[in-house]
Amino acid sequence: MKTYAEINKKIESGKATVLTAEEIIDYVDKKGPAKAAKEVDVVTTATFGPMCSSGCFLNFGHSKPKIRMTEAWIEDVLAYTGIAAVDIYLGATQLRHGDPANMYPPGEFRYGGGHVIEDLVAGKPLQLFALSYGTDCYPRREIRTYFTIEDLNQATMVNPRNCYQNYNVAVNCGEKAIHTYLGRLEPKVRNATYCSAGQLSPLLNDPLYQTIGIGTRVWLAGAQGHVYAEGTQHAGGCERTADGVPSEGAGTLALSGDMKKMNAEYVRGVSLRGYGVSLALGVGIPIPILNKEILQRTCVRDRDILAPVIDYGHDYPQKTGRVLCHVNYEQLRSGEIDIEGRKVAVGSLSSYHKARSIAHLLADEVRRGEFLLSEPLAKLPTDTTMKPLQIREKPA
Amino acid sequence: MSETVTKKLMLFFPKCECEKPIIYHLVKDYNLIVNVYRAKVTPEEEGFLVLDVTGTEEDIGKATDYVRTFNVSINETGKGVTRDDQRCTHCGHCLTHCPTHALHIADPQSREVVFDESKCIECLACIRVCPFGACTSAF
Repeated sequence: MKTYAEINKKIESGKATVLTAEEIIDYVDKKGPAKAAKEVDVVTTATFGPMCSSGCFLNFGHSKPKIRMTEAWIEDVLAYTGIAAVDIYLGATQLRHGDPANMYPPGEFRYGGGHVIEDLVAGKPLQLFALSYGTDCYPRREIRTYFTIEDLNQATMVNPRNCYQNYNVAVNCGEKAIHTYLGRLEPKVRNATYCSAGQLSPLLNDPLYQTIGIGTRVWLAGAQGHVYAEGTQHAGGCERTADGVPSEGAGTLALSGDMKKMNAEYVRGVSLRGYGVSLALGVGIPIPILNKEILQRTCVRDRDILAPVIDYGHDYPQKTGRVLCHVNYEQLRSGEIDIEGRKVAVGSLSSYHKARSIAHLLADEVRRGEFLLSEPLAKLPTDTTMKPLQIREKPA
Repeated sequence: MSETVTKKLMLFFPKCECEKPIIYHLVKDYNLIVNVYRAKVTPEEEGFLVLDVTGTEEDIGKATDYVRTFNVSINETGKGVTRDDQRCTHCGHCLTHCPTHALHIADPQSREVVFDESKCIECLACIRVCPFGACTSAF
């Protein structure tokens, strides 16, 4: 048994033993769980993939004379201004003004909120255009200027839903190709797409939320951020295997971090043809090895994690709830899965390559004493489910 | 007969050279087997052509010298489709869309997506599906 304080003390003195969620598997195989739990202090987990429910709060400071922005665009991408005079929220999936979307399908969606966020973190100069109705205290009615992230007072990434614990594998049983947020799906189940870092993914290494909770310090695209709440659609009370590993979406995290400290390599605008724009993010979360049970849960392997295969041609959009079958991540990563006796080629939207490099970067930061662990202020629930939206008549 | 080799070339035809049957002469006068992947004439009447030529080193050398007597520029390394290593995140979304597996994972441990240009037939599927805009076409 170790405490957060003891582990942090070792980290500060540069003596912590840190392994990635991939390395720990062989290590425990060799040393056995009891010995490994004593020796290892931290296991680093990571993921890199599109996380639509992302965005940022920006504060511009005041121009002379002042403006109270009522509508604002950055690089022609609309931001939400219903906050305060010069505070805005820019969402990752917002399209650029004038984007024809799916008018001539499939739309290309070359640039949007996610790309603005990437450019901002990369330090590029961006155009702000804002309008106002004018008040006695904020008389300016219009502003057009160029700024970089350095000019802003705050640039805080606030992502209501990141790090989905597990996710669907999408296929298309229909007769025509379709374009989805999991990419282009060929007809008659000719390809499949998954989106998870599997055995490296944060919440799959802490499936019952024993160490990751509200207040946990996370590596968010290179900055030190935090879990500020359970993520939207968090459904801890999901279907799980005997080991407690979810076999469907399950838990999510709401994350926040200072964009001025982020690395643009891990903040990337995404264009999904026929669907829209999004943002791909790199997230790393250290798991403190407080005891043997927590250690053993970090030894989860791709072959132990099941994902549901869903037909995005009909069942997903019509919400039928049908699951074609389950496959594990070892099968998915082999590049081919078996669905109803047929071999189906598999692609991914989550980059295992990048997740791996993040797990190593974070491990190095912990080893160097630069990244301390924080004990959660509150646990994430394990009993909640995801509610549907009912369509009702106006109550009498 | 000396050994034959195959080389991938990208040719750029300026406006004045677009109407000349240059490729015909590569076959007839220099004994080359040509395999055209992609060709395009722009509205400005400039032309792009990506092709494989198969023949002896000597014949290919003479043929490229012949092509250069026109105002046609030859790019012997550049291809019509390129993958930007900085933009690519190695997510692997392109893998099922690349018909020749020019884009593939060579090392199952690192899961890095590798682009083998020699296998690329320039179908442009990767350009349409890449969420990060990592693949681009020269024309």
